Amino acid sequence: MDPIDLRPIYLDHNATTPLHPRVREAMLPWIGELHGNPSSLHRFGQAARNAVEEAREKVAALIGGRPPEVVFTASGTEANNAVLAHVARQAGGGHLAISAIEHPSIREGAARLEKEGWEVTRVSPGGDGVVPAAEVVRALRPDTRLVCLMLANNELGTLQPVAEVAAACRERGIPTLCDAVQAVGKIPVDAPRLGVDYLVLGAHKFNGPLGAAAVWVRKGAELSPLLVGGSQERRRRAGTENVPAIVGLGQAAAVAAEEMTERVAALASLRDRFEAELARRMPDVLFHCQASPRLPNTSHVAFPGLEGEALLIRLDLAGFAVSTGSACSSGAVEPSKTLLAAGIAPEEALSSLRVSFGITTGAQDVDAFLDALEREAEALRRVSPGSAMREVVA
Amino acid sequence: MTDSNLTAVAMSGGLDSSVTAWLLARQGVPVVGLSMLLWDHSGVESNGRCCGALDLGDARRVAQQAGIPHYTLRMDREFREKVVDPFVEDYLAGRTPSPCVRCNTWVKFDLLLERARRFGAERVATGHYARIVEGPDGPELHTAVDTDKDQSYYLFELTAEQLAASLFPLGEMTKPQVRELAREAGLVVAEKGESMEVCFVAGGVREFVEEQVAADPGRYTAAASAEPAVLVDTEGRELGSGQPYYRYTVGQRRGLGLAAPSPLYVLAIEPRENRVVVGGENDLLAPGLRGERLHWIGPDPEGEVEATVKIRSRHPGVPSRIRPSGDGRVEIDFATPQRGITPGQAAVFYQGTRVLGGCWIEGRL
Repeated sequence: MDPIDLRPIYLDHNATTPLHPRVREAMLPWIGELHGNPSSLHRFGQAARNAVEEAREKVAALIGGRPPEVVFTASGTEANNAVLAHVARQAGGGHLAISAIEHPSIREGAARLEKEGWEVTRVSPGGDGVVPAAEVVRALRPDTRLVCLMLANNELGTLQPVAEVAAACRERGIPTLCDAVQAVGKIPVDAPRLGVDYLVLGAHKFNGPLGAAAVWVRKGAELSPLLVGGSQERRRRAGTENVPAIVGLGQAAAVAAEEMTERVAALASLRDRFEAELARRMPDVLFHCQASPRLPNTSHVAFPGLEGEALLIRLDLAGFAVSTGSACSSGAVEPSKTLLAAGIAPEEALSSLRVSFGITTGAQDVDAFLDALEREAEALRRVSPGSAMREVVA
Repeated sequence: MTDSNLTAVAMSGGLDSSVTAWLLARQGVPVVGLSMLLWDHSGVESNGRCCGALDLGDARRVAQQAGIPHYTLRMDREFREKVVDPFVEDYLAGRTPSPCVRCNTWVKFDLLLERARRFGAERVATGHYARIVEGPDGPELHTAVDTDKDQSYYLFELTAEQLAASLFPLGEMTKPQVRELAREAGLVVAEKGESMEVCFVAGGVREFVEEQVAADPGRYTAAASAEPAVLVDTEGRELGSGQPYYRYTVGQRRGLGLAAPSPLYVLAIEPRENRVVVGGENDLLAPGLRGERLHWIGPDPEGEVEATVKIRSRHPGVPSRIRPSGDGRVEIDFATPQRGITPGQAAVFYQGTRVLGGCWIEGRL
């Protein structure tokens, strides 16, 4: 059998998602007959400007904000970096509190500031994959310049107590950055009600295109540009706008807002079906953070005694795309820092898979996946004696 | 089932392994391409080193051209333990190591096959120029048809079991034929040059050894003296001092910094005494060698064996008598004296095109 003849089933929607047909439709004119620089005065520019502003309205509407509060960027990573850099420039030095399970753009951004003399507190999650709000609050100091807490963890899917932390920070006048890239479009998110100062989202995590993201900046909060050389985005992000991608982001936001209720229900139903059936078929599997508040689409599961990487490859060869966690740039697999931070042992982390469903997933996909998973795990168990687990340097 | 008859191709991103993958795929063999992340070349963008990130990218692109799945497996920790540490250790012990043999035996066959078996592969194919021939006692290792490119020397430590699970599709081909195939197939690596000899060393080998020791002095058992070594003649007379001992190789002539009426060569390196023995060309000649870690690919022979022995990869070979002395040790008598018996290199035994096995050189007889 030739593995590549199979039509693969994609169950890695936390990595990226396929473009929604309505998003594609909205974008097509902007990679076809239409073009224009939104800063130009003529009709071409005006059309592009209108398209960008319309997208801004849709993004603002999705997260309960107002259009002028939305700043477009090229990626969530850029947005997170921009906020960190802004705070660093404004304050010059001091203390940062971040969770230990932030996206690398925040973890490494904070580590860079640490090298420049900042102090950084990293608050670990409990075994439930949730960073205790009280622990974050306890980390606050008079010289704390920024607190970073993600809304939903990309690997475990766990939701973090952002509103509670933001409220405590507001009382103390400390700004908060919420990386909501994994949450926006999957669950209802209301940025003003969360009470944060900055909230980051990315189009390609909810069936929008790659190359467009946004940071919502609370009215009254500031954002100075990461790069200089242009007055776009109200002088908060220099560079000609990526009009087609921004149009796509806007449309993805509009579709998500329309479909939100059904989307959450459908995703949770797929995920619950998967977990219940997998537990029935393979009673020794361990679901991580199953009892925690979490995204409706994400299941993180350990297969004790099996190597997650080998299982992933088997599944890919059989036509099912899942993830083992964060992949490094070359595509090789390492034990996930997030799982380690959540107190999961390295062997268990390396025997885990992340399955993330999306709006294109059907119940029959879940059933086919369950069959494949059961079959491949069994085959892997036959060729991996209990001792064959790869040793791990913690 | 994906477990049926799957072959893993070790893909470095170089020309040879790329053509190997493409050939097998074209023949309809179910193939999965595997690249090994062996060494962190962070910052070094070196097309032509087998473990650089660029080359992993080439492997991925070729896999797509060949229409086969491809994965990168992280094996840097194992590579360090099995290949890099012994390499450094060898230099510190005054030997001149041959890391590619260890890499082939431990990494490309042992470890890769073990990992690949977990997702259903039953054999490993590589782009080595060598042949596997079914003999009366099981699979035999033979030289490649392209004698210029023959890599059988580097494979002498494989076992018959490993050979039974290996494929060398290029063994019957010449390098120009391989390149021509790559061109016809339009592979992105068709015009790529040869890979470097020691893939994990970006600059000079000696500098690499020094960097490794400096980074983690406790890692190595041999105590390195960075003091200049004392150069002595065969009678033990001091001739001068030079560089640290591990910067010398047996047979080396250049860079000794000694004035003498006839050319001087390094004869031996004595780390404990921090001495380097030098002598004339005739002193380099040895009637035979002592070896350790003797390995036979097939069943152990009884008594002595007559074979042609290569004492380094480019050596033409010398008719010899191989006398195993037990405990993995061996003494080898050459039909004619040979120069440059280099401790740490492999001595590989041939009968015709067949590789019988080999040993690691300890010193001269």
